Amino acid sequence: MQVSIFPAEFLRRGLTLTRRLSGLRVVLSGVLLGGVISGAVAGEWLPLAKDGIHDPRSRAVKILQAPREALAGLVPDNAGNQVRWVQALEKGEIRPREKLFPQTVVRKLDQDIILDVKGGMPAVRFPHRQHTEWLDCVNCHDGVFKTQTGATKITMFNILQGEQCGICHGAVSFPLTECMRCHSIAKAGKKPELPPDVNMLIHQGRERSP
Amino acid sequence: MKRLVSPLLAGCLLAGLFLQPVALRAEYGDVVINRQAEKNGMRPVVFPHWFHRIRFRCKVCHAELGFKMRAGSNPITMTDIIEGRFCGACHNNDIAWSPENCDLCHSGKPGLPTGVFGGHETSGPGRW
Repeated sequence: MQVSIFPAEFLRRGLTLTRRLSGLRVVLSGVLLGGVISGAVAGEWLPLAKDGIHDPRSRAVKILQAPREALAGLVPDNAGNQVRWVQALEKGEIRPREKLFPQTVVRKLDQDIILDVKGGMPAVRFPHRQHTEWLDCVNCHDGVFKTQTGATKITMFNILQGEQCGICHGAVSFPLTECMRCHSIAKAGKKPELPPDVNMLIHQGRERSP
Repeated sequence: MKRLVSPLLAGCLLAGLFLQPVALRAEYGDVVINRQAEKNGMRPVVFPHWFHRIRFRCKVCHAELGFKMRAGSNPITMTDIIEGRFCGACHNNDIAWSPENCDLCHSGKPGLPTGVFGGHETSGPGRW
């Protein structure tokens, strides 16, 4: 008798199982989708009471400005605060004061330094102009970097340790995941040597305008 | 189609319930200052870089006011602040609120160590 029911019964059971499985798969992809959506939403400017460092019982979380209120209107980014701070400044979206004391001399420099790098990574362009909009010369010279070009050995090892460029980049300015924003001058005929799992398109796609 | 939509929604709901972010989600570059605060019975201070950089360039605090660019390396005391140094250069009831508003700055979760906090990039490789 088993033989006689074999094909039909087996098929029916098989189909039910597949249907259940595909149902499960749909639920699972829903979980994935939901996770991605909630992750994307949660990734943007949590209220202070939920940011993990403010005490939700503190009176301050009700009084202080919420990040979303301040940051949502600024040039968007995919990293850091999700704000392009240099562009926000250039566009006049923010107008931060340059000095507190009247006698302070505001110093700016419009000069690019090209730092060639070993290996296949594109060379680094360091623009003084954007940096001196925010910083004074003494913030880097002659402590972190010697004033004379080429006199300081700069390494990614140091930077990843939070030294040199990494004092700011990775803490308050765009993070070290954004390789191509610094390594921006491609070497002729060379492709950047990146770890195999780095998707160059993602990094290049992030660049909206220079 | 309906058969697809409801499990999909259920999945989304499940995700919403259980896949909440667990790590610290502080804003990029937030600094917790807790060298003195908790020893003296106050909550740690949270300094939000994002808020301040909208109003002041880095050089104002890091050149004019002498804040070193390393969390934990500035020995800030309330005496300094009340006498107009460090935070007190602005937090003087003139440019910004006065130091009497203790709990507006001292608003951090108890037990947090001094350091830079923020998204996953901030606490990424290296000493942050």
